[in-house]
Amino acid sequence: MDLENQRRVKEITDEYGADNVVVIIGGGEAEAAGLAAETVTAGDPTYAGPLAGVPLGLRVYHAVEPQFKDEVDSEIYDEQIGMMEMVLDVDAIQEEMRSIREQYSNYKD
Amino acid sequence: MFPSLRAASYVLVHAPDMVIHNGSTQVVERIVNPESDYLKKLPDHLRSFEEVVAYAPNQVYIGNLRPEALRDVEEPWFKHSVESASEDGPMGRIFEERLLIGLIKICDAFDLVLLEEAFVEEIQPELDTLHLPEKFAKLKPGVELSRVMAEIEERHAEPLQAGGKIVGCVKRAHDIDPNLDSHVIMENLVVKATGVLAGLELLKKSDIDPLSIPYIIECSEEAAGDMNQRGGGNFAKAIAEIIGADNATGSDTRGFCAAPMHAIVNAAALVQAGVYDNVLVLAGGATAKLGMNGKDHVKKDLPVLEDVLGAFAVLITQNDGVHPIIRTDIVGRHTVGTGSSPQAVMTSLISGPVDQAGLKISDVDIYSVEMQNPDITKPAGAGDVPNANYKMIAALAVMRKEIERGQINDFVEQHGLPGWAPTQGHIPSGVPYVGHALQSFKDGEIERAMIVGKGSLFLARMTNLFDGVSVILEKNPGVAEEAGVSKDEIRKMLSEALRDFAASLGE
Repeated sequence: MDLENQRRVKEITDEYGADNVVVIIGGGEAEAAGLAAETVTAGDPTYAGPLAGVPLGLRVYHAVEPQFKDEVDSEIYDEQIGMMEMVLDVDAIQEEMRSIREQYSNYKD
Repeated sequence: MFPSLRAASYVLVHAPDMVIHNGSTQVVERIVNPESDYLKKLPDHLRSFEEVVAYAPNQVYIGNLRPEALRDVEEPWFKHSVESASEDGPMGRIFEERLLIGLIKICDAFDLVLLEEAFVEEIQPELDTLHLPEKFAKLKPGVELSRVMAEIEERHAEPLQAGGKIVGCVKRAHDIDPNLDSHVIMENLVVKATGVLAGLELLKKSDIDPLSIPYIIECSEEAAGDMNQRGGGNFAKAIAEIIGADNATGSDTRGFCAAPMHAIVNAAALVQAGVYDNVLVLAGGATAKLGMNGKDHVKKDLPVLEDVLGAFAVLITQNDGVHPIIRTDIVGRHTVGTGSSPQAVMTSLISGPVDQAGLKISDVDIYSVEMQNPDITKPAGAGDVPNANYKMIAALAVMRKEIERGQINDFVEQHGLPGWAPTQGHIPSGVPYVGHALQSFKDGEIERAMIVGKGSLFLARMTNLFDGVSVILEKNPGVAEEAGVSKDEIRKMLSEALRDFAASLGE
């Protein structure tokens, strides 16, 4: 994950508390989405950014996961994400995200 | 009349030493973790010049292979060299780092580059093959290596290395100003020198007289300037000088990866408006992006595939009745109000021009999107970028009920191409296909192509907005522009002649 985004996630978490932060990932590939999810849960796996060695354990979902999709207006979802959902390997992304949450997230809800 | 896209050239420079010393991933790593395993292992993952030449995507870039041919090469492509590969191609050439270092000195107008004397002797015959204008053809005598080393060790000069050996350095141009430090000057001289190579290749391969060029637009991603005007410019004119375009002026256009498309639209407009007869659009390469994904490549025990600097040049002329036209009336734009979701971006760039022209998405024979080489991006977890873009265009066609969902893969095959461009930011963005498109129009294989450029403006922290521009190229209907006589004038002359004729009948 971009170093600047890591800094922003860290600042927001410090300000509002981990309980009140949910990270929504939009990466187009399972592996890249998983790396971003790992960064905001276990810490930066590349040890380059502000989250290196900082396991925030946040709630993290991808925009094509039902946990996010079911929470938003379906018309707006179709307008903004429907096309991408058609194109992406949704199953692989969901599997990767689930695996990262199970391993590193402090929230199992 | 719509302007013609007359010629295109493409240059790669194999730069393994610059991967190690100038790529931003490596520069950051040396600051953060100088003893890292990655930096130790990196030299063992660099390719030879011969390997780089025989790499199929690079052969496509300079025109020795058609993009479609990559479909027949088993992935990963770096494992399957092209047997008949050549460093010279119909659309450009692959150069060695040592020649670039010589050319950097030629491009150095302020004596900021020192080259070691033996290297000067060695490289001059190679520079002679570029046929530079006489005043730029010969290197000044070199200096002793001890002087180069003193500049590097005592005065923050950036080393210039060839084959792992220091052969010169780039000095800083100011003691305090970070915009003129040796790292920035080196980056900018590389942009200038690689831009020169692309310009020279276009002039040579398309037999264009440099004196016939009145205007140049440079559209890379670096900024030339000082602390009072960080991006003041002007690479375009600096390059024009070296390639012998003595009648030209020029300017720089910036817009991240979308800049080449902005530049092509600007150039087309200047030509169509009659401001200039032709405009040369060109861009040099980015040392910062060398080895950008090197950590992933090394971790997966692959060669570091981001080992080339990319450059290109495109010439836009008045309609010549032969070369494809640029449809300036239906330019696609991502506007402020468009929104940044991929769906909104694709709708504005693809559906926009297609709808304006009264076409269907499938009426465009080939789309050229971000043509990043998937050999590079897949191991870095970024997937196959062009393929993802083509799927989005196909999905757009599904949503418009032009094709069925089950036809997405067929659409990608018919209207898309595998990616072959190095991940040099502005280089992959649409423009690598222009040269191949010229050939396909000539061979009658296509009637219409769309070139799409997209840019991530948020990287500059000035806006969260995305950006993009797209243009349609069409087969030339075959009517050349008559100098000084417009269509309206011809109509007027005809009607006057008919009136005179009718009057003479009545007499």
